[in-house]
Amino acid sequence: MSYEVVIGLEVHLQLNTKTKAFCGCSTEFGKEPNSQVCPVCLGFPGSLPVFNRAVLDSAIKVALSLNCKIQEYTKFDRKNYFYPDLPKNYQISQYDLPLSNNGYLDIDIEGITKRIGITRVHMEEDAGKLIHQEDGTLVDFNRTGIPLLEIVSEPDISSPLEAHEYLSTLKNIIQYLDVSDCDMEKGSLRCDANISLRKKGVKTFGTKAELKNMNSFKGVKDALTYEIERQSALLDSGEIIIQETRLWDPKTSKTVPMRTKEGAKDYRYFPEPDLPPFIIKEDKINEIRRSIPELPKEKIVRFVKDYGLSEYDAKIIVSNKRDAQFAEECFKAYTNTDKKALVNWFIGPLLSEANNRNLTLANLNIPTKDLLELVSFVERDEISHLCAKSVLTEMIDSRKSASIIIKEKNLIQISDTSALKSILEEVIKENPKSVADYKAGKANALMFLVGQLMRKSKGKANPKTVQELLKERLESA
Amino acid sequence: MELNKLTAHELIQKLNSKEITAKDIFSALDNRIKEIDHKVKAYVRAEKDTNSTEATGIPVSIKDNISTNGYRTECCSKILEGFIPPYDATVIKKIKESGHSFLGLKLNMDEFAFGSSTENSFFGPTHNPWDLSCVPGGSSGGSAAAVAADEAIWAIGSDTGGSIRQPASFCGVVGLKPTYGRVSRFGLIAFASSLDQIGPLTKDVHDSALLSNIISGYDSNDSTSINTTVPDYTKSLINDVKGIKVGIPKEYFVEGLDPEVKSSLQEAIETLKKLGAQFKEISLPHTEYAVPVYYIIATAEASSNLARFDAVQYGFRADSANLIDMYKKTRSQGFGDEAKRRILLGTFALSHGYYDAYYLRALKVRTLIKRDFDNVFKDFDCIITPTSPTAAFKIGEKTDDPLKMYLSDIYTISANLAGIPAISLPCGLTKRGLPVGLQILSKHFNEELLLRVAYTYEQNTQWHKNKPKL
Repeated sequence: MSYEVVIGLEVHLQLNTKTKAFCGCSTEFGKEPNSQVCPVCLGFPGSLPVFNRAVLDSAIKVALSLNCKIQEYTKFDRKNYFYPDLPKNYQISQYDLPLSNNGYLDIDIEGITKRIGITRVHMEEDAGKLIHQEDGTLVDFNRTGIPLLEIVSEPDISSPLEAHEYLSTLKNIIQYLDVSDCDMEKGSLRCDANISLRKKGVKTFGTKAELKNMNSFKGVKDALTYEIERQSALLDSGEIIIQETRLWDPKTSKTVPMRTKEGAKDYRYFPEPDLPPFIIKEDKINEIRRSIPELPKEKIVRFVKDYGLSEYDAKIIVSNKRDAQFAEECFKAYTNTDKKALVNWFIGPLLSEANNRNLTLANLNIPTKDLLELVSFVERDEISHLCAKSVLTEMIDSRKSASIIIKEKNLIQISDTSALKSILEEVIKENPKSVADYKAGKANALMFLVGQLMRKSKGKANPKTVQELLKERLESA
Repeated sequence: MELNKLTAHELIQKLNSKEITAKDIFSALDNRIKEIDHKVKAYVRAEKDTNSTEATGIPVSIKDNISTNGYRTECCSKILEGFIPPYDATVIKKIKESGHSFLGLKLNMDEFAFGSSTENSFFGPTHNPWDLSCVPGGSSGGSAAAVAADEAIWAIGSDTGGSIRQPASFCGVVGLKPTYGRVSRFGLIAFASSLDQIGPLTKDVHDSALLSNIISGYDSNDSTSINTTVPDYTKSLINDVKGIKVGIPKEYFVEGLDPEVKSSLQEAIETLKKLGAQFKEISLPHTEYAVPVYYIIATAEASSNLARFDAVQYGFRADSANLIDMYKKTRSQGFGDEAKRRILLGTFALSHGYYDAYYLRALKVRTLIKRDFDNVFKDFDCIITPTSPTAAFKIGEKTDDPLKMYLSDIYTISANLAGIPAISLPCGLTKRGLPVGLQILSKHFNEELLLRVAYTYEQNTQWHKNKPKL
């Protein structure tokens, strides 16, 4: 039987503030364990949290970009549970009066826009990291107290593909806001998924499973796909789905039930008495709203309109903020009104260079003027398109400019007919059969002769000129 | 001359005129501690930890729940055994910056400030200097007893529901709980964060003003401290209460109030009347809910604040087989009975399904209690009440009956719930020779008025000059 899939995603996002949420410790990733800690983030007795206001600014930025309503009055709460990576054994989080709620995110599914509701975006602190070893478990508290946003979606997502698209769209926006690294491998973006199935037409929700431990967007998609199969099979055979937390195991590509804890979880939330509630003024919200840069959705529309990109191409370029910046810089510096030729460079050779090197367009580190110079060589017919592609590769490898490479390798096309004529005569002499073929009406033979000539000129001959010269020569004699 | 018997303001004069040195004061105290602390037991670890090399100004003795850099701070609990904070509480910093010193003089208290008698200390009870068979009150019992017994010049305590004022009353000294937010809580090991406040215990009102000047003020490390200017409290030492309007809450003079305490208070009221204060009966209608509301909010916060004592990073760790075992055994063996009782009460009050009925309801009633005071302070400058319904009780008298013990804070709890300042000062002696305390309460940030009324009363009576015979 086929079922309707109901998915809600819970994303935890580490904010890239310089210091932690409630103390002055650095948030830098990858430092010596327990080197970025202080009495406050270690939860030492007598220490008190002080809220880092930069966290609030970033949080409001994200919430506004997700079309959320910012609450005027908000507060922190304590979420109480015992775990050794949580030094106070409570997490400072937000419970009944979160920073913001009631937002949405539009995603694009095969050209159709789908709106996914955002239940809430709230602020909290991250926990430490447990390092399991054979002889025991160590705790690294460097991550403890790093600011997190929890972004909870409505159960509006209906397929693993939509979940993937939701995450990519979200990540793209966050990157534009420059408030997080969004790196799932480093754990700066984490995603849990709630998934349940129901028969088509049924209004009530089925019993859900909570999926954890997905370390990539693909992992999320795969875990959901697996879970749909698992739950479908259970429902088909008349069995009951148990509400539980399941862990995704990328090695076996399966979800497995997490060791169940005794009884239901009761976090005993209550208002954090060490941090007074606060009021967010309209002025503040407007100030932050004004600081939000152009977001991907608008940028795609503008790229299509201003630079003549197809929506598909624009989406590719805009999917990375720095790529879009680099592309736009080039588009602007390119003096031709028709940008098509340059656009083709981006989605063609540049993109494939980037893909080959596992880099982004911007990380190819090609200076704008160098790229435009290369393009102008082609446009002036001084080098062939083919030749230009290898010059591009060389530019990236050697960090030399196009003109230097072209000069060093003497790559300027030979369009001078007198220079070409002597090579032409050689080719005719060496290939009497092809010459005869051509004269007998085999048009293909001409291309062979052009090829021979190109080879002799080491690729420098202008193929157009060569072709014209050959035709002229063979037809006149 | 026995320097340890003098007040801080007297000693400061002598220091300023170079008559004596800070070391002289320290050795006088040290001698006194050696002489009598084996009877009073006000200090913990005094022999081991005291250090005169940093002596400057007047040494301040410190309750064991206030963090002292390099000195053990254990909240008189086994669970914090051996814990040495790598930082000073803000009040300690301020004391040092003001030219005074902390010389390792840590005072006994009820474990984590849970109690009204100092019997709940891991180190055993402190004895009341006026009658060694009696409790000194609590939880700052060590602070009050040390000051009363002249083994401290002045002391710092903390007050969550009366923990400065009630022992001050039991020991015949002056105890001030400042407005919530007046003194930084940074470094105070939290009992109930929304109620805790650090304050001075002193031999007289003048010293109370002096020490308040030192410890008060905004601290960016404590988000609940309030950024307003601190007045010079010594300017409030004015011997004049003419025209001051005083309310006497009828709800405080009911069953349970000891007749001797009641008559001492009535005498005090007569004295102040003669000095020109105007008295009128008032009502604080939600008074009867103060104790239950307090024991819900305070225990709820405590249950969360004490969760961090899990043996992962510091303090006592029980031998254990695995993580859960470590949590269970450490906390079973590390906490005393009262701590366990309060953790359980608080955990229950916050539990799913009970939160609305207990914690949320308590928060609402807390607002009503605050409002009671706001209403009174529209028309009155201050409120006068007994500090505690009885004088000091016997050691062991109430240990089996926690509810009875909780009621000894019945008059002091409301000030913490409302966040207002309150002071206790001696106003009599019972027939058995035990001190009785008078409490004055005023509106937020009006410590000046408390000090002025207290000073006037003190200047016109002799109670503060009584000393226990040890």
